[in-house]
Amino acid sequence: MIVSDIPVCPENIVGETAKIKVEGYRFVTLTCVELDETRVDVLYHFDRDYQMKHLRMTVLKDTPIPSISPVYFAAFLVENEIQDLFGIRFQGLAIDYDRTLYLAEDVKAAPFCKYVVLKTSATLNTPGENPS
Amino acid sequence: MTKTIIPFGPQHPVLPEPVHLQLTLQDEVITEAIPAFGYVHRGLEKLAEIRDFQQMIYVVERICGICSMIHAMCYCQGLEEMMGIDVPPRARFLRVIWSELHRIHSHLLWMGLFADSFGFESLFMQCWKIREKILDIDEATTGNRVVISVNVIGGVRKDLNAEQIHWILSELKDVEKETLRLETTIMTDYTVKKRTVGKGVLTRQQAYELGLVGPVLRASGIAQDSRMLGYAAFNEIDFAPVVETDGDCYARCKVRFREIFQSIDLIRQAIAKMPDGELAVKVKGRPEGEVVSRVEQPRGEVFYYIKANGKKNLERVRVRTPTFANVPALLAMLPGMWLSDVPVIVLSIDPCISCTER
Repeated sequence: MIVSDIPVCPENIVGETAKIKVEGYRFVTLTCVELDETRVDVLYHFDRDYQMKHLRMTVLKDTPIPSISPVYFAAFLVENEIQDLFGIRFQGLAIDYDRTLYLAEDVKAAPFCKYVVLKTSATLNTPGENPS
Repeated sequence: MTKTIIPFGPQHPVLPEPVHLQLTLQDEVITEAIPAFGYVHRGLEKLAEIRDFQQMIYVVERICGICSMIHAMCYCQGLEEMMGIDVPPRARFLRVIWSELHRIHSHLLWMGLFADSFGFESLFMQCWKIREKILDIDEATTGNRVVISVNVIGGVRKDLNAEQIHWILSELKDVEKETLRLETTIMTDYTVKKRTVGKGVLTRQQAYELGLVGPVLRASGIAQDSRMLGYAAFNEIDFAPVVETDGDCYARCKVRFREIFQSIDLIRQAIAKMPDGELAVKVKGRPEGEVVSRVEQPRGEVFYYIKANGKKNLERVRVRTPTFANVPALLAMLPGMWLSDVPVIVLSIDPCISCTER
């Protein structure tokens, strides 16, 4: 199916997700897509009776995103994965690996980012940067 | 009561691949389990930046050895939808046949490993002995035992002739007969039941809320099976999801055991209904847009998100594998269980770390 989505923002993502849960949707996963040097799309995928619903949030890379793991516990794993691979920060994670799910503690790079990004307060760094 | 933290893995006798669980125990009873990954992460999704959309078929086939063909089928189906390609009917039926062969050998492999997790070595050997027949079919029809490369965008690259079909049906008869011989052991043996009944129980509600997939979800009473979407030729074949309701390790074993026979039936139906015709259509142009593709692997639903911008390299390929979806189940199943139950419960989700660390 071609993705048709519902736009959301950090302010309403938890509320929208809670609504979707009440409607009986099963959590499928999240997808992070890098758009350019500063922005990413975070897509939230849900399923009910084989019909999917997608939420799309376009945010700046250094904008912390509220975690939906308090609503759908299973989301903690993919949110941690996105933290590791894209350097995006999630707030309020049920279990926060602090960017060590896949990466070693001393790695500062965001390995899945194509573009060179500026260092920010959210500890984003240049891809492939030597941590030393 | 003594509180202890025990590392389970990344190297452990029951784990064919590295995954780590940090187990917190009160005496011998688990109170918390935290999983950790990253020992073999390959970043295969990132390869979409340097491999073109045709070459990515070979990459996704190598995400997992056990369901290589199904990964490629899911990826190709996504791009076929994006590019408006109609796959020839014969190719759709061939995809069903090879994907169900994958399911049979994956479930037999799992049953062997599961038996091994509670020390039932002879059952392990019996399951793997039967599995060899399926691997022989894979080798004879595709040229490889495990990582089989039959999918292309627009169809398949291999065909089955009448002689091969006759031989496959005969081999499946043997697989069915030999697997049936294991039924008494798997379904009624004292040891199997002692180690699996009532272990790692997940209620229907828990399984749904945790977003679980595949046999783990169906063993908790939810009839969710992505094959019901009707992709490939599943819309032309009669079947219903295999469901159990107890939600324990025993129920998960029963679902997989019954699915072996279901897959044999699906292959027979596909062979009976498969029309003659072309194997693939020619692909013109380059993909553009966003698509989500889902199919049912032996371990459950695999999810592909593909974004393309009309160039030869895709902008993003995202893969959510079934084990990744089923890991949260461990956090719900393990607390309250004995330390000695951990190998059986972990194996009951059929963990594929190769998929998880794609």
